[in-house]
Amino acid sequence: MEPLEIAEKIKLRFPDEVLDVREFRGQVSVTVRKAKILEMCRFLHDDPELSFDYPVDLCGVDYSGKKTVRFEVVYHLFSIKHRHAIRLKAEVQGDNPAIDSVMPVWVGMNWHEREAYDMYGIVFNGHPDLRRILLPEDWDGFPLRKDYPVKGPEKEWSGFQEVLDKSRKFREFEWQE
Amino acid sequence: MEDTEKTFETRELTISMGPQHPATHGVLRLVLNLDGETVVKCTPYVGYLHRGIEKLGENRTYFSALPLSDRLDYISSMNNNVGYVNAVEKLFGIDVPERAKYIRTIVAEMGRLSSHIIWLGTHVLDIGATTPFLLSMAQRERLLDLFEMLCGARLTVSYPRVGGVRNDISQEFLDRLYEFVLEFPGHMDEYETLVTQNRIWLERTVGVGVISAEEAVNWGLTGGTLRGSGIDYDVRKYAPYDAYDKVEFDVPIGKKGDCYDRYLVRVGEMRQANRIIKQCIEKLPAGPVMADAPKFTLPPKDMVLKDMEHLIHQFILITKGPTVPEGEVYVATEVPKGELGFYFISDGTGKPYRMRVRAPSFVHASVLPRLCEGGLIADVIANIGTIDIVLGECDR
Repeated sequence: MEPLEIAEKIKLRFPDEVLDVREFRGQVSVTVRKAKILEMCRFLHDDPELSFDYPVDLCGVDYSGKKTVRFEVVYHLFSIKHRHAIRLKAEVQGDNPAIDSVMPVWVGMNWHEREAYDMYGIVFNGHPDLRRILLPEDWDGFPLRKDYPVKGPEKEWSGFQEVLDKSRKFREFEWQE
Repeated sequence: MEDTEKTFETRELTISMGPQHPATHGVLRLVLNLDGETVVKCTPYVGYLHRGIEKLGENRTYFSALPLSDRLDYISSMNNNVGYVNAVEKLFGIDVPERAKYIRTIVAEMGRLSSHIIWLGTHVLDIGATTPFLLSMAQRERLLDLFEMLCGARLTVSYPRVGGVRNDISQEFLDRLYEFVLEFPGHMDEYETLVTQNRIWLERTVGVGVISAEEAVNWGLTGGTLRGSGIDYDVRKYAPYDAYDKVEFDVPIGKKGDCYDRYLVRVGEMRQANRIIKQCIEKLPAGPVMADAPKFTLPPKDMVLKDMEHLIHQFILITKGPTVPEGEVYVATEVPKGELGFYFISDGTGKPYRMRVRAPSFVHASVLPRLCEGGLIADVIANIGTIDIVLGECDR
């Protein structure tokens, strides 16, 4: 199916959920409300004409200052069976950002959701193992948010001092003759 | 005897494998819960090599973020560069000259060969065979020498540019590459003689780490790891970029989805890569290697040194970046590890508003528990080798 037809189909099924459909360079993004995201993904996966069986990617975007709703979770979906693709964008508000996990539909979204949580602090309800993935467990802040400085926070990560102390200690080791 | 058995205590053993372990191919840490030799639970920990490439990309112009892509999958940096420039070109909406397309296809397939050689060598070495590693690394050395001849760098090449490639290739380079291409199938036969029908190899890989086609798709696997399960999905075939629609090649496909099938798929890919390079050299058209799109590509260096307008132009492009149309694109390319996708959101300035790297290794590392749990601890090594991950790409 052509990407615009797919967008039409989603609109037909969820008329209140779809906010915007945009095309750029032949790729179509459908902006949706987050409330029924799991149901929508299940529909996209199970419908025989669409059959989006393949989870390509999931990532967060921080639109602070640019849009009224701060975060968006972007789903890139592909169908191996029909060879067509679509991009879903679910809006997530800035205070206590949370959205339903789509792991019941695609297991492959597991680590992508953990990464979005790690980088943006978006909580995925129903995710079985929502922990930080790339950063240490006790890291402060969410690095890919726009208000997080590129150079990092002023206060060093607590584990860093530990590493420094340890390396200093080992440097003082005296080799026995 | 009975008394000793009574005094035995059996319990689950938790061991930490990595991050400094030769068989984890980088800084991957697996926490394994073992019941005897059987893996009950496997928890991967990644992030030891996290450098924040996505955050850095948001703060650099489209040109200066190119070297960051070298540092993703550092053993096939050429393919990452090709993926990056393809995504940026799609966003800019510029067309690349034919010759540049062919050159990119050649270098990308060279990158694929050099990456697969490392995979073959280390995967086989992990399972106990030293000879193929030594033999194959000698051939990788020849490819790296060719890269050095092409652009001066062996590993982090940054050779492709937005709109084409950095410099044209010389006849000497083509001659040496052609010589390599003619010899390489012989070397492949040599490796395959040592490995493919080897009984120890068969014992260690057949039926190990099986994943069905349906499950592999649901997990989002790509590249050889997906094709080993029998799914015919290759980005080069379904959405050809560069010159892949002008060359003939087959996509090898496995049946059962075990380590052995994935091995056969990748070995087949190496032969196909060789075939693609050969065709590209034979068909290589003449012409320019940079697109004629002055608003989006850097002017030629010799003109910058001679001409005021070009100098100003270069200065503006480097400091402010080009004026990019607003929008967003996701462009995927087939790198040795799988599907590498770049997702750009542009807000009209010279820097991407959001740069997302969809790394195949990240997804493949996440499937490790699924492959390892219920198997033996020795098979963990085979599984890590077979999914072919590079942690630089996984952690970004």
